[in-house]
Amino acid sequence: MSGPDEPKIRIRGLHKAFGAKSVLRGVDLDVGAGESVVVIGGSGTGKSVTVKCMLGLVEPDGGSILIDGAESVGLRGAAREAVNARMGMLFQGGALFDSLPVWENVAFGLVAAGQKTRGAAKPVALDSLARVGLGPEVGELMPAELSGGMQKRVALARAIAARPDIIFFDEPTTGLDPIMADVINDLIVQCVRELGATALSITHDMASARKIADRIAMLHDGRIVWSGPVSEIDESGNDFVDQFIHGRASGPIRMAVRR
Amino acid sequence: MNPLAAIGRAFLALLEAMGRLVLFAAAAVSHIVRPPFYPRVLLRQMVDIGYYSLPVVALTTLFSGMVLALQSHTGFARFSAEGAVAGVVSLAITRELAPVLAGLMVAGRVGASMAAELGTMRVTEQIDALSTLSTDPMKYLVAPRILAGFAMLPLLVLVGDVIGIFGGYIVGIYKLDFSPAAYIDQTWRFVEVRDVVSGLVKAAAFGFLVSLMGCYHGYRSEGGAQGVGRAATNAVVSSAILILVFNYIITELFFAK
Repeated sequence: MSGPDEPKIRIRGLHKAFGAKSVLRGVDLDVGAGESVVVIGGSGTGKSVTVKCMLGLVEPDGGSILIDGAESVGLRGAAREAVNARMGMLFQGGALFDSLPVWENVAFGLVAAGQKTRGAAKPVALDSLARVGLGPEVGELMPAELSGGMQKRVALARAIAARPDIIFFDEPTTGLDPIMADVINDLIVQCVRELGATALSITHDMASARKIADRIAMLHDGRIVWSGPVSEIDESGNDFVDQFIHGRASGPIRMAVRR
Repeated sequence: MNPLAAIGRAFLALLEAMGRLVLFAAAAVSHIVRPPFYPRVLLRQMVDIGYYSLPVVALTTLFSGMVLALQSHTGFARFSAEGAVAGVVSLAITRELAPVLAGLMVAGRVGASMAAELGTMRVTEQIDALSTLSTDPMKYLVAPRILAGFAMLPLLVLVGDVIGIFGGYIVGIYKLDFSPAAYIDQTWRFVEVRDVVSGLVKAAAFGFLVSLMGCYHGYRSEGGAQGVGRAATNAVVSSAILILVFNYIITELFFAK
């Protein structure tokens, strides 16, 4: 278990290449217990790959990911499932299961982990839906019947249903109008606070980052090039951060045309 | 470009692909026999593969039995051996036509749909989502589909056997003027248990192969909508080829002198 000064998540020297393309080149990042850290960076800089390494969806080529002081790289089978059972994930596109009604989507993790029977999981799922502002009638709908914003809310309800210690948010506001994006941001802040969870989000939406982050880290070229409190981001003194937060085409960041 | 190097690369790529498929199949089979099990998912797949494939298999075997009776009568009439029509129809249906045609039809209907469904789940991150929800996607998605294919195709073929023979009977009685009693008697005298069993063994193997190829290509799908389309095509083509190859192998095992 982690000591009093040990971060909830500690990433050191994380490397990952796909073929000849090196995506992560030594990512170092700490996330404290109960802290909300947002990783910003351009498309294709490895933000999603970093999160997928933490969830065991992508096997890193090198480096270490300590969760509560325990190494999670290389875990398989039941050991990986035990670690993942303490985590929730909101995917960029929602990733709701098309073949299941909304409430079963939300209850899925509870039933799969053996925490609840299918019948007992339904009230918990409906409670999670209520937390994100959706009524019980939504629980009976299929995901295809929902708007993009509602799908994001359901995905958020699924991510928090098992009351995880750590929640990952992958581009939570992508594809939403500004008002719905703000609603989702508020829900994220509220849910993370209520659960007392540690949150790691990745986004390139600066409005979202400013709203949900305690601390922001910028990933560029496979490394964290700046990290600091959200209040200091406008005076970071880092050229990469300045160019990114102001959305300027000119600067040290050259956008890759190919992935 | 060195042609020998190109041949070598292609050969190594083929070996690599075969190795991946064998490892995938071994992992799927190991998940079938190890808990946790997902009976609701299995039941849904059994209904989808078995019940919803019934019409297409029934129509295919019915008309195959009918046309076989017509064609064999034309051939046997040249040797005054029309009496063998019932036996030939029943042997051809039980040993070959019902399992192969049912396998090919299910490959087109179910194999493509499995590949498209799993491929879509892959590109929309639903398979990743399963992993994050303490669920092994191989166990939840692949194992029930392969078990359902393995279990349901023999049942479909059994139904296809009866309907195919019935198709031959209809043509024999109403078109070729056979006596119903004589036709049924001929059928009973010709068909042996081994004929039906060989067809059912083939069906189980084909069901396994169709589900395996559908799951394999869908699970490994990448590249968006185009990748999903490619997965569905590959699933159907590879299933069809494997059905024909294994049909020969199993026939050889059962009936070679």
